[in-house]
Amino acid sequence: MDNVIDLQIWQMAAAYIFVVVLLFIVRIKGIPREKEILISTLRMTLQLILTGYILVYIFNNSHPLYTILVIGIMEVFAVYNIFKRVKVKLTQKIKEVIAFSMVTGTILSLFYFILVVINLSPWYEPRYFIPIAGMIIGNSMTGISLGVKKLVDGINEQKHLIEAALMLGATPKMAAKPIVDNAFDSAILPTINSMVGMGIVFLPGMMTGQVLSGVSPVIAIKYQIVIMLGVLGSVALTVILFVQLGYKTFFNEEHQLHI
Amino acid sequence: MFRLEGVKYKNILDIDKLYIPKNKITCILGKSGSGKTTLLKLLNKLISCTQGEIYYNDRLLKKMDSIELRRNVVMLPQVPAIFPGTVKDNLLIGLKFSEKQLVSDKKIFEILNMVHLNKDLTESAENLSGGEKQRLALARVILMEPEVFLLDEPSSALDEDTEQIIIEKLVRYTKKMNQTLIMVTHSKKIAKTFADNIFEIRKGKVINQ
Ligand SMILES: Nc1ncnc2c1ncn2[C@@H]1O[C@H](COP(=O)(O)OP(=O)(O)OP(=O)(O)O)[C@@H](O)[C@H]1O
Ligand SMILES: [Mg+2]
Repeated sequence: MDNVIDLQIWQMAAAYIFVVVLLFIVRIKGIPREKEILISTLRMTLQLILTGYILVYIFNNSHPLYTILVIGIMEVFAVYNIFKRVKVKLTQKIKEVIAFSMVTGTILSLFYFILVVINLSPWYEPRYFIPIAGMIIGNSMTGISLGVKKLVDGINEQKHLIEAALMLGATPKMAAKPIVDNAFDSAILPTINSMVGMGIVFLPGMMTGQVLSGVSPVIAIKYQIVIMLGVLGSVALTVILFVQLGYKTFFNEEHQLHI
Repeated sequence: MFRLEGVKYKNILDIDKLYIPKNKITCILGKSGSGKTTLLKLLNKLISCTQGEIYYNDRLLKKMDSIELRRNVVMLPQVPAIFPGTVKDNLLIGLKFSEKQLVSDKKIFEILNMVHLNKDLTESAENLSGGEKQRLALARVILMEPEVFLLDEPSSALDEDTEQIIIEKLVRYTKKMNQTLIMVTHSKKIAKTFADNIFEIRKGKVINQ
């Protein structure tokens, strides 16, 4: 892969200057987002540097335990990030449902794609396993975050309609159905939209990375297709698990709504 | 039909003894905030009492399946609930929720007539006026033919004459159907004219009359 251009320090610096210019514009316009841009840029840099070195180590010393450990860290981080990202109050019970759905949905999808579709050997080969896990877990995290917010907000806002349905003899499932469906839709929509625009409006991150590092676009596209299907499947699976278990946490054994 | 013994709900209701007879019209009076809605919710098992026992037909309410109970003891909330969809969707949704047989348009028109609502069945229910929504919600529970109606101020948004006529028709209908009617109302006149049984709630306690 001698055609890969390794970036020099000054080239990296030029990229940062771009952000500095952006910060300057934001300040002039009086948009109160300087801090967020600065912090997220710094965080991204530090996280990627750290990740880069860790990946180099793991790639050179591949071992199932390392792979599992990395997946575990990703899952914990993702779950924690969901709790932080949804700006609604979450009960302990719904937090457990989020964690369970997230871990179960992503792990099932991940293993199906690693073992059945890609048929990776050895299965823990970090060069494949880790980036694919990242895509699946990251996208599912985004999906579930949207779903959580829609579900919790929906139940709070439509409390009177849910109660009215219960008064008429509806099961909690019937009473919550419109909200559950709506939460599912809004969680899966971004993934569907990104699939529709794929290859035309933008080249997805992973494919861009592969192409830049010298892989033939045809191979990159095949991987991208497989990964997108994995992402779609995983997002759908985690969100279905979440909404189907999540709405139940708002009802007690007497089929009463408690919020 | 309903028997309450030493029932407390938080610090909102405190009912030592209360009996609500079967196949009769019972009216509940009381000032705003006295606990009338809370009492209906207890009977519908939308909430459970924190102390005491409620019996329905001599069965302990807390031992009964909530959903089965609510399908027989239907509650009409104080603020009418309008679900997305047409007038017809809204009328049939009660039957769908309680998994009962849907009814013919003829039956629907009969009930709509009873509550003085002449609206196109295909009209969007969200566009109805406040009083029309209230009558739509009332028609919905009548269509369900429950054993007991728990009506929370079913006619509060209607003018006095219409209120009188609709309640009279409703009372006659429930008598014919051998149904029990338990109704919260602010109108002493309605209570005196139609009720077989009246009681008042004052600061969470029942005052018999
Ligand atoms: N979920 C709840 N949690 C705490 N307090 C409540 C709750 N629901 C009602 N209350 C309080 O209980 C009291 C009785 O309420 P309720 O709705 O039963 O009154 P009401 O007699 O129906 O009044 P109105 O005629 O205004 O409808 C009120 O003081 C109310 O603020
Ligand atoms: Mg009330």
